[in-house]
Amino acid sequence: MTQATVVDTHPLDAILRADRMPHIFCPGCSIGIAMRCYAQAVLESAIPLQRHVIVSGIGCTGRVAGYMDLDSYHTTHGRAIPFATGLKLANPDLMVTVFSGDGDLSAIGGNHLIHAARRNVDVKVICVNNFNYGMTGGQCAPTTPLGAVATTSPYGNPEQPFNLPYLLAAAGAGYVSRWTSLHVRQLKQDILHCFARPGFTFIEVLSACPVGFGKSNNIPDGLEEMQLYRERCVIARGVPLEELSIDLREDSPIYVGNFVDRELPVYKPVTHVG
Amino acid sequence: MKAFARMPLNLQKMKVPRGIIYLIPERCKGCRLCLEFCPREVLQESTEINAKGYHFPEIAPGKDTNCIHCQFCTMICPEFAIFTEEIED
Amino acid sequence: MHGDEACAEGAIAAGCRFFGGYPITPSTEIAERFAQRMPELGGVFIQMEDELASIAAVLGASAAGARAMTATSGPGLSLMLENLGLGVMLELPCVIVDIQRGSPSTGLPTMAGQSDVMQARWGSHGDYSIIAYAPWSPQEAFDLTVLSFNMADRFRTPVLLLGDEVIGHMVERVVIPPAEEIPRWERKRPKTPPPAAGVYHSFEPDPEDLIPPLPHAGEGYRVHFTGLTHDERGYPDMSADTHHALVTRLNAKIQRYTEEIIRLEEYAMDDARLVVVSFGCTARSARRAVREARARGIPVGLLRLVSLWPFPEAVLRELGKRMDAFIVAEMNLGQVRLEVERCIGRPAWGVHHAGGEMIHPEKILAAIVAAAM
Repeated sequence: MTQATVVDTHPLDAILRADRMPHIFCPGCSIGIAMRCYAQAVLESAIPLQRHVIVSGIGCTGRVAGYMDLDSYHTTHGRAIPFATGLKLANPDLMVTVFSGDGDLSAIGGNHLIHAARRNVDVKVICVNNFNYGMTGGQCAPTTPLGAVATTSPYGNPEQPFNLPYLLAAAGAGYVSRWTSLHVRQLKQDILHCFARPGFTFIEVLSACPVGFGKSNNIPDGLEEMQLYRERCVIARGVPLEELSIDLREDSPIYVGNFVDRELPVYKPVTHVG
Repeated sequence: MKAFARMPLNLQKMKVPRGIIYLIPERCKGCRLCLEFCPREVLQESTEINAKGYHFPEIAPGKDTNCIHCQFCTMICPEFAIFTEEIED
Repeated sequence: MHGDEACAEGAIAAGCRFFGGYPITPSTEIAERFAQRMPELGGVFIQMEDELASIAAVLGASAAGARAMTATSGPGLSLMLENLGLGVMLELPCVIVDIQRGSPSTGLPTMAGQSDVMQARWGSHGDYSIIAYAPWSPQEAFDLTVLSFNMADRFRTPVLLLGDEVIGHMVERVVIPPAEEIPRWERKRPKTPPPAAGVYHSFEPDPEDLIPPLPHAGEGYRVHFTGLTHDERGYPDMSADTHHALVTRLNAKIQRYTEEIIRLEEYAMDDARLVVVSFGCTARSARRAVREARARGIPVGLLRLVSLWPFPEAVLRELGKRMDAFIVAEMNLGQVRLEVERCIGRPAWGVHHAGGEMIHPEKILAAIVAAAM
């Protein structure tokens, strides 16, 4: 066998804080994949790097902002979206992306998520959904499937989870997609599309979290979850939104793709020349 | 020749791209995604380990020239540890 | 013009072009004024979904370079406290107006209170220092809002304006000076262009004043701001030493400049043997009481705290040496009195009311008379 050519820099280091690599995400965790798709999309976005701003909240995915060599703001738990709203409205030239996790965005940050969707404020949201609170060690989250085991639901999660695309659509979001961390080409393409599309956009990225969620729900390995994605994912053409909920443990299809794409007035602060 | 809706490929002229694989061993966390998802199964787990004890990938025997620069390993690696570049010959 | 409107106009005069807020009595009129005025000025008025979002949006706008403000009352301030701490940690200038009402909890929404004093100082978690001013008139609501923005930008910190319902809803003459006479202290901005490689040190303080220049988003500095303890580059750094150095600096950068920050007003203090300490609307009653006591030959003066935080310890200690008695009049059960006693090292007389009605001058006069015995 021969060695691959050993180097010490990666082409994407140009947009990463390479001095902070390797990042803290666990082996098999796919946050790095979503981060890479975002980084690649930023490079290909034809928007000058200095106009890109990334805002993240608290949690594993919250650390993504710290690895991007862009204007990056790592804010408080759940408050990334309103912070990003303030940034965007104060300087509309900025391309503001919120990159955070399912707990941060849909639990503590839920109120801001649905209002930003309703308002259609020009902020791009990427929600890495690994079905639990990873950073704090695997507690159940609003996205944890009913009956799934987590450190705060040792007897099985007693709650029904959100179906995020359905929730966002109901809140009035103009653009809602879901991909998994295996759909790297589609995800990068969709992020690029969101950069070009004015208004609020929401991309849910299903993501493996072997340590926090997988191991206690018989998907102990990141690779296994990715294989599960490969087998079960189906591009959802015309599937009603309410059927987009997910339970990795059941052998049911996981619908991915773009679910909502409607033209809505983009939120603009009122101007009135007296 | 009748104009077809889509022109069929001319295999003689078609050239399968070839790629060279670059690796940053210290960044690898042994998640094995690149091994699994390389369409040509070019990569396998090496016996050597990096400073953190992870087995980084290496080129499987006889597969030195099988990389077709599809970049899936580059895109699927969560650690920014591997990438390929096309060989222009 | 009433106090709430004057506060908004003060912000506008100070160049505030971003307001994110949420309706709450008795400060809603501030938001309404901004809703009216910002569209004419090309500024941004946004009513957010709650107070958490309001302060977060204000911090985001500040990070983008705007002078930004929110306004609320006790219950709203309670919700904003975590992000007040974020503002302190990211050293992002902004102004938070708290038109106090009867508290705690829902309390007396339409009536005055002054019981958020300690909340303003210690409300968020951790050791931090805050700047807070307390207007006692619509004119001062205007002037102190301008001052608050200048202090916020000067020290790269959130600043609180602690008004109360009486001041907020009272109408008095407000003189608005011409624009060019409004003092404007610009934020300290980076002196060097964005580095070609590596990260700009957004948290490397200038040694002389411990305050780092503030780069804004979109200028190519590729900054990193995090609520985590961070080093001078802004990178997260979980070491205890870095933490101690950072938190110490965040406090020192304000505590070092108390003379520049503190604002006091003395009335009839020259030959005083007793002193009434008060602030906000209660200070109006206190002045009346002092005037009447003087008429009866009692050598009493009034020390009005125009700035509540940082607390004027040095002045109080000095007064403590030559004053026979201190009388603290406030619409709470002794929050400022606690501080006064800490500084003078002995008990002070207190004229307290939990809130809902102004303290009548007679009550303060009675305390002065008793203290003069």
